[in-house]
Amino acid sequence: MDAATQSLATASRRPLQRRVASVLVVLAIIAIWEGAKAAFAIPTFMLPHIHEIFGEFLRRGGRGELYVGLMAHNAAYTAWEAFVGFAAGGAAGLALAVSFAYSRLLERGLLPYVIASQTVPILAIAPMIVVWLGTTWVSKAIIAAYLTFFPVTINMLRGFKSVDRDAMALMRSLAATSPQAFFKLQFPAALPYLFTALRISATASVIGAIIGELPVGSRYGMGVVIINAAQYYNWRPANLWAAILVSASIGIAFYHAVAAVERRIIKWRPAEAGDQWQG
Amino acid sequence: MNGPIIEVRDVGKVFGRGAGVTHALEGTSLAIEPGEFISIIGPSGCGKSTLLRIVGDLVEPSSGAVTIKGKSPHQARLDRDYGIVFQTPVLYEWRTVLRNVELPLEVMGRPRSEWHGRAETMLQLVGLQAFQQHYPWQLSGGMQQRVAIARALVFNPSILLMDEPFGALDELTRERLNLELLSIWSQTSATVLFITHSISEAVFLSSRVMVMSPRPGRIERTVTIDLPRPRTAHTRATPRFFDLVTKVREGLREDPAVAAGRDVVEEGA
Repeated sequence: MDAATQSLATASRRPLQRRVASVLVVLAIIAIWEGAKAAFAIPTFMLPHIHEIFGEFLRRGGRGELYVGLMAHNAAYTAWEAFVGFAAGGAAGLALAVSFAYSRLLERGLLPYVIASQTVPILAIAPMIVVWLGTTWVSKAIIAAYLTFFPVTINMLRGFKSVDRDAMALMRSLAATSPQAFFKLQFPAALPYLFTALRISATASVIGAIIGELPVGSRYGMGVVIINAAQYYNWRPANLWAAILVSASIGIAFYHAVAAVERRIIKWRPAEAGDQWQG
Repeated sequence: MNGPIIEVRDVGKVFGRGAGVTHALEGTSLAIEPGEFISIIGPSGCGKSTLLRIVGDLVEPSSGAVTIKGKSPHQARLDRDYGIVFQTPVLYEWRTVLRNVELPLEVMGRPRSEWHGRAETMLQLVGLQAFQQHYPWQLSGGMQQRVAIARALVFNPSILLMDEPFGALDELTRERLNLELLSIWSQTSATVLFITHSISEAVFLSSRVMVMSPRPGRIERTVTIDLPRPRTAHTRATPRFFDLVTKVREGLREDPAVAAGRDVVEEGA
């Protein structure tokens, strides 16, 4: 790293400058959005004004309830499903990775199916799971878990396999037991891989939960809000945009929560240049 | 103890099969007495690291036998007879320096109350007590390798296996660590098997230097180093040191494969 990038890196780590930078990005997006709408005369049903999108939150629904409250309720519902799915999927993904790392036979036998599971469109599987398990939050959490476990399995397997050969030889020379080698070496060595996977899984779990809410019969969640808003899109386009905004915010919040936990746990590494804009 | 602490008899090691077969070692024999400091020197790829790993039960020999204190290497490993220092420090990056040195005691199930004191004493011995709470990345390569030495010796193993531990360091650091290693070794009763490709390092440290020929590797000759101890920085400037360096170098040259050969460091004294 040369002196210029170095000073740039330290500069952007300063909180004030970071805050100013993110405000500038938001202002730029607003300027481009509204600028394009004005310049190309884009009609509102294609691209509403930004103030209209935020105005949706303050609108009152049919029964007089504030729309922002309705959104918050559904967002919390989706976030809960996604969180449970994330936790369950993460645990399942980790268990699979550990069993694959220990058994060549299991890896050879099962890994192809693990990969195949992700080539099937989740949109096709979600209705079946809902039919099997009902329209409760549990089936949605399972759909979220279905999207969550895969990155964890693949990344952790890679993490376990990338453990330094001599670091393993050291454990062997100390006559360490297999659990000792796992907990004192393999698992901590693979932790950075786990967090890379969890960052991906965090956003995927929210997508999974929302897709799980799409099938007929669901009553709550951002998936339901999106379906409703899409049906009335021509009449009230800002409504769908507001739903998209909220859904994205859940995913972003999940991502940052994982990044925050990662920063608390992986403290032994020097601050890397790539870390600054991720957290 | 009567008899050698390490005995290698007619050991061979073959890697691969069919056309891709490599004879790493063939008919290698050596005997090391308790308390000796033995260096094995030879060009890259002569199988000297493989020999060390066979002695340490990290690699199985294809033929021949190894006896450690009258036991199999496997039993010796289970009895925690080996401390090992690798070419790279192999510190666990998520552990502080202190916790890295404590690791062997942890694995061996020694009482927790013992860990800190033992590790601290070892860090003092390698001059790093001020860096206990640092993480490995905060240390220079030479300091990291000193931590690795402290970790290898923290449980008082009877045999210290060192696989080109200073090969990646610059010449000045290497010479300083050579001195430190001798002073640490004098405070232990460990028998050392030291792999290197530096002639002066081998002569400076050892009681005997074993010269290895490449592929298939075997011990060609042994040079006894009768330099008085304790050896100091001054030792490297004595005529006897030059004589012995020359003797080892000639030993390496006599082997045609080595003479044509690759990277034995001939930086002299």
